[in-house]
Amino acid sequence: MVEILDNIDQREMVINMGPQHPSTHGVLRLELVLDGEIIKKVTPNIGYLHRCFEKYAEQMDDYSKVIPYTDRMDYVSAINQEHGYVLAMERLLEIDVPERVEYIRVIMAELQRIASHLLGIGAFGLDLGAFTPFLYCFTEREKILDIFERTTGARLLYNYMAVGGLMKDVHPEFKTDTADFLKTFRPKIKELNDLLSYNDIFIKRTANIGVLPKQVAINYGASGPVLRGSGVQWDLRKNDPYSIYEKFDFEIPVGMGEMGTLGDCWDRYIVRVREMEQSLRIIEQALDGLPEEGDVTEAVPKRIRPKNGSIYTRSESPRGELGYYIESNNSASPYRVKARAPSFVHLGMLPAISKGSLIADLVAIVGSIDIVLGEVDR
Amino acid sequence: MLNTVKEGWTTFKSIFTGMGVTMRHLFGPSVTLQYPDEKMELPKGARAKLYVNIDDCIGCNLCARACPVNCIDIETVAATSDVDLGKTSTGNPKRFWLTRFNIDMAKCMYCDLCVYPCPTDCIYMVPEYEYSEFDRSGLVYHFSNLKPEMVAEVKEKAEKEAAEKKRQKEEMMRKKAEEKKRKELEKQKLEANKSIKEDDSSSKPENNDS
Amino acid sequence: MIEGFINNLPMITILVHAAIPLTIILVYALVAIWGERKIAGFIQDRLGPMRVGGWHGWAQSIADLLKLIQKEDILPKDASRFLFRFAPFMMFAASYAAFAVIPFSSSYIGSNINIGVFYLLAVTSVLTLSVIMAGWASNNKWSLLGGMRSAAQMVSYEVPTIATVLTVIVVSGSLNLMTVTEMQSGNDILGFLPNWFIFQNPFLIVAFIIFFISILAESHRVPFDLPESESELVAGYQTEYSGMRWAMFMLAEYADMLLLSLLGAVLFFGGWNSPFGEFMGGPAWGFFWFMLKGLLLVFVMMWIRWTLPRYRVDQLMHICWSILIPLSFINLVLVALWEVIFN
Repeated sequence: MVEILDNIDQREMVINMGPQHPSTHGVLRLELVLDGEIIKKVTPNIGYLHRCFEKYAEQMDDYSKVIPYTDRMDYVSAINQEHGYVLAMERLLEIDVPERVEYIRVIMAELQRIASHLLGIGAFGLDLGAFTPFLYCFTEREKILDIFERTTGARLLYNYMAVGGLMKDVHPEFKTDTADFLKTFRPKIKELNDLLSYNDIFIKRTANIGVLPKQVAINYGASGPVLRGSGVQWDLRKNDPYSIYEKFDFEIPVGMGEMGTLGDCWDRYIVRVREMEQSLRIIEQALDGLPEEGDVTEAVPKRIRPKNGSIYTRSESPRGELGYYIESNNSASPYRVKARAPSFVHLGMLPAISKGSLIADLVAIVGSIDIVLGEVDR
Repeated sequence: MLNTVKEGWTTFKSIFTGMGVTMRHLFGPSVTLQYPDEKMELPKGARAKLYVNIDDCIGCNLCARACPVNCIDIETVAATSDVDLGKTSTGNPKRFWLTRFNIDMAKCMYCDLCVYPCPTDCIYMVPEYEYSEFDRSGLVYHFSNLKPEMVAEVKEKAEKEAAEKKRQKEEMMRKKAEEKKRKELEKQKLEANKSIKEDDSSSKPENNDS
Repeated sequence: MIEGFINNLPMITILVHAAIPLTIILVYALVAIWGERKIAGFIQDRLGPMRVGGWHGWAQSIADLLKLIQKEDILPKDASRFLFRFAPFMMFAASYAAFAVIPFSSSYIGSNINIGVFYLLAVTSVLTLSVIMAGWASNNKWSLLGGMRSAAQMVSYEVPTIATVLTVIVVSGSLNLMTVTEMQSGNDILGFLPNWFIFQNPFLIVAFIIFFISILAESHRVPFDLPESESELVAGYQTEYSGMRWAMFMLAEYADMLLLSLLGAVLFFGGWNSPFGEFMGGPAWGFFWFMLKGLLLVFVMMWIRWTLPRYRVDQLMHICWSILIPLSFINLVLVALWEVIFN
């Protein structure tokens, strides 16, 4: 028997997952070294969606022309990307933004956060074979996109925020539209929980899988739901408040290892679900506080020409800490723009947390860290 | 053993809860539209296609400069003094013939940045989204309403006028130069006279302008 | 009368007996594929196919079939040519052959042999072989993984399937499916319930649940669709197939679904027996009731398909070996005890 086993040609199988694979969330290529179905090694290969965002930003002859390109980084949460960029620019130019603008920005950013989490959750379910929750999530996401479309005119890449203000005011029924959405959305979260979150098969597939311990998460520079899923209370909206987030009362949901180990896929997933509820709370408060009157374009500078200097500003995008480093050399175009994309950082953790798991788990892990390849490659 | 039974029970319970949800949806209404038959009503400001109201365009080129992807291509020819192009509906006087105003919708990224700087609000997005083409060149929209022969005529005229103006300008320049020379000569003469008179300023600084 | 006629001409007999299940399978497959898409659509708040053929896109499957016929038959360069070509046909043949012993109506059964159930289970195990064959012959790593998974899965789940079928055999005492069905005629339980096996013995309800879970796994349906789990293995053993060969896999899969559902209907729900006793009885109604029961089970399978995520491969094995198999054997003993004590 031993002889036979010795004579068997035992080889590890190298397999290419992606760039065209149903559950690599775009054009990610993973080089897997497999022993049967057990993963020995994962090497993420990126760059299939590289569009030279940073270099392109330097070529623009106007700072505001960069905004449409920031949309295209993380195309699932375009508003948050713009928000980060205009925040950086406003700090660089020392502009005070009108209160109405801040309120509208917060409402839009939180709506976008819900939309992005819906997509992340739905796609995660899809990776595990649950097709239907994905479409329910999309139905809800469509409603948010409808609000966005009526306000900004676009459904995905909005180019809505301007340095110092907004491109245009919200549409007249914005308040009632959003309030209606809030009303219909709460029961849908419960439905989603029934259908997916607390489904036993789903829990079995996600609990204890892809465990990311607290210390490892911090060491790798994780942020956003991935870090909070590991039990760290870290949310830039609370810990480093920007815009007017310190005015609102909300909680930071963290993973608690309810279904398995702290920091597993289920924790990361449920943090997103609970964050949607918190976003609803923020939107409710912001709708109440939204000033009725005010010109949203009043603080928009005619010409943007910052002095020599540089700035790093971070904001909480649905995926984590989104930072923009902008260096200006007293001309109309930025000298250097660097984006710190959370997805890129999180993708770097993938080899560490997926070693020794099965292919099916790898799919779950990739789904749970919710990367967007547009942001990874930029 | 008891644990297994309990586990099995929670599994079945959660499965049946999920199946209850899908069963409710099975008899629920559909949220989709049967696209070519029914169409979604796009809101007023929807960004789907660029449109230029060429009658209002003054050829200021601001939109082309605002475009991050350079998809707007404008060529203007100054109107000759004998033609009055009238005014736009917003009251701005028109001074240029728009011999070319092309927008390449294949390049356009629908960012709306060209819309804001327009002084006459003549370029804007319209909610029209069904404009696929078999050929990429079909996506280049020509908004200029001048006929080719008209373009040629206008250009010729403009050239003539420009040449005339150039000639006039040159003449002016020449005259000016002559004037300047004359004045300088006079000045030199004057200074020469002065120096003769004073006869003590040897280290006078050189007079240089600009 | 008709039987008397065709029995005189052996060749025609064989052809007719071969053609009837084939027709049923083909018509069913067209309807079921359309139906699955409609059900998926309605569950997901969509409408499903709507355009081909007018009313609710009824001709969609036919259009798909025509499209598949026209597609290029792609053979990968390094594939094992014979096995690659042969696997889909073998798979369909296996599920088709099993239909021979299914009693469609009180007056029609393909082959009234006395080891019907045994034959059916034996023939369907060939499905495993064809899936491995397809996975191996494609010379594709994803296909190979799919084939491996499927081999493990189908071999394992055959055990609880057979064990639960055995429980019914213990009650009925016959391997002939026609006899099994005939034993379930009448409405005697509690005065109104039909004499179906599922009502005869409380342990047979447990047996049915185990049987249903196992046939979900046997026919590769969610939550056990690991061999072709599209989000992990692209399409598993079907990855390299296209056109009609792929259609054969699809057809076989749907046929398998129907076959196992019909087996469930025979074993637990009285086959072609009407639920109302003599009312709406007779061969024609029998066929109707039988198909209705089978299709209801198929519907439940589809309903589950569009609700649940899928298990992981080790969990699948765990469910089979450490839950279903012990449970089904304990259940077998309990059913036997019940039979000894009460009958």
